[in-house]
Amino acid sequence: MTKKSTLSPETAGYRKTVPAGDYWMHVVKAGQVFRIVDLEGNQAADTLFYSAADPAERYSAVDTIREQRNVYLGVGTRLMSTAGNPMLEIVADTVGRHDTLGGACSTESNTVRYALEKKCMHACRDSYLLAVAEHEEFGLTKRDITHNINFFMNVPVTPEGGLTFADGVSGPGQYVEMRACMDVIVLISNCPQLNNPCNAYDPTPIEVVVWDAAA
Amino acid sequence: MATVRSDLLYQDEIDGGKHWSFTLRRGTVLRLIDREGGANVGMLFYNPANLLERYNAPDTLKCQHTFKLTAGHCLYSDMGRVFCSIVEDTAGWHDTVCGNSTKSMVAERWGRRSYQEYRNGWTQNGHDSFLVEGAKYGLGRRDLAANVNWFSKVRTERDGTLVFDPESTRAGARVDLRFDMDTLVLFHTCPHPMNPAAEYPRKPVAYELYRGDPAAADDPCRTGRPENGRGFANNHLYHLCG
Ligand SMILES: [Zn+2]
Repeated sequence: MTKKSTLSPETAGYRKTVPAGDYWMHVVKAGQVFRIVDLEGNQAADTLFYSAADPAERYSAVDTIREQRNVYLGVGTRLMSTAGNPMLEIVADTVGRHDTLGGACSTESNTVRYALEKKCMHACRDSYLLAVAEHEEFGLTKRDITHNINFFMNVPVTPEGGLTFADGVSGPGQYVEMRACMDVIVLISNCPQLNNPCNAYDPTPIEVVVWDAAA
Repeated sequence: MATVRSDLLYQDEIDGGKHWSFTLRRGTVLRLIDREGGANVGMLFYNPANLLERYNAPDTLKCQHTFKLTAGHCLYSDMGRVFCSIVEDTAGWHDTVCGNSTKSMVAERWGRRSYQEYRNGWTQNGHDSFLVEGAKYGLGRRDLAANVNWFSKVRTERDGTLVFDPESTRAGARVDLRFDMDTLVLFHTCPHPMNPAAEYPRKPVAYELYRGDPAAADDPCRTGRPENGRGFANNHLYHLCG
């Protein structure tokens, strides 16, 4: 299911383009609306959320999947924390499906998935680790790098228990938008993956947009 | 199966709704047995030499293009290495995407039975069980990750809807895990978080330890997928360095 937003980027309090291979780390306050735009299509925005009040409470892929009884994320999905609290709710989505099973790429998982020689290629977990190192104010370390959302990724599961990486269902200008239910630290790695045919081996920029609660 | 030698090292049984932990040496085979049918064993894995290295369910699933765990699958750490591999499995489908039961979930579904009132008949939950076992090794909330739920089957409909199969395993079903690295294992026998049983399911689980052989060059878990061959190559490199 898809649903367009009524919000216009012109009224947003914050807009930023995040190039492929970069990270974005930012606090989104309760009530604010947060949008990620897939500027050129079929990009993966690997995203983690932490409670700003207590970063040990963070996004939980398994609690989210189980509580909504579905493996795909879309309009109406409440993104659940490890403590069972809704962190954000997806309120608009022009793509219709996002993945939270596949996790982020890392140099180590690249050796397994692609080839041992791929180990020095830049990967999402490197971006996460740089982000937590450059933002000591949040007190996060590798301990806190956990199972993320891959916005714009399509990872279908079959009734027989198979898992496939299908071509993206996103396209240029498509977006997903969510309202924060608590103050959250958002950490996005705009995926630099050069080995995956899903993005035609071409990682591209995304845009992040934040509207204040009154917007 | 060639990887399990005849020498049984140890056997024990844990009642439903309990928790325990141990460090298993590389080469050990852990056999879990669902004594009565319908059991659940929540499990997490860590590298005892570096507790920051832990079981990674997303990598395990995507490296092997699978949603379920069964014989032939390897369980990956976040560092691209294989903690253990499933060398035999008579259950056929184990879950690793539905997480854990919590105190509030258990109270809501089955009522709250405190230790004060019921002693060891209280209704323990998986989340608190992991916190207790993890704390023995200095692990806390920040170290918990998506766990395995042995003997629990959760499949999906075409649209992604989850379906819990309440009769997924029969009495006597077992799964054999060969440890390919030294591994800290935390586990509990609390109910699967989607179990719809009317009464708190208190299912005992037996476990046995065997001395096994390391994965041979033609081991099915190693050769089943090229990815797993590379996972074992990463283990080899790790062990070369001590
Ligand atoms: Zn990535």
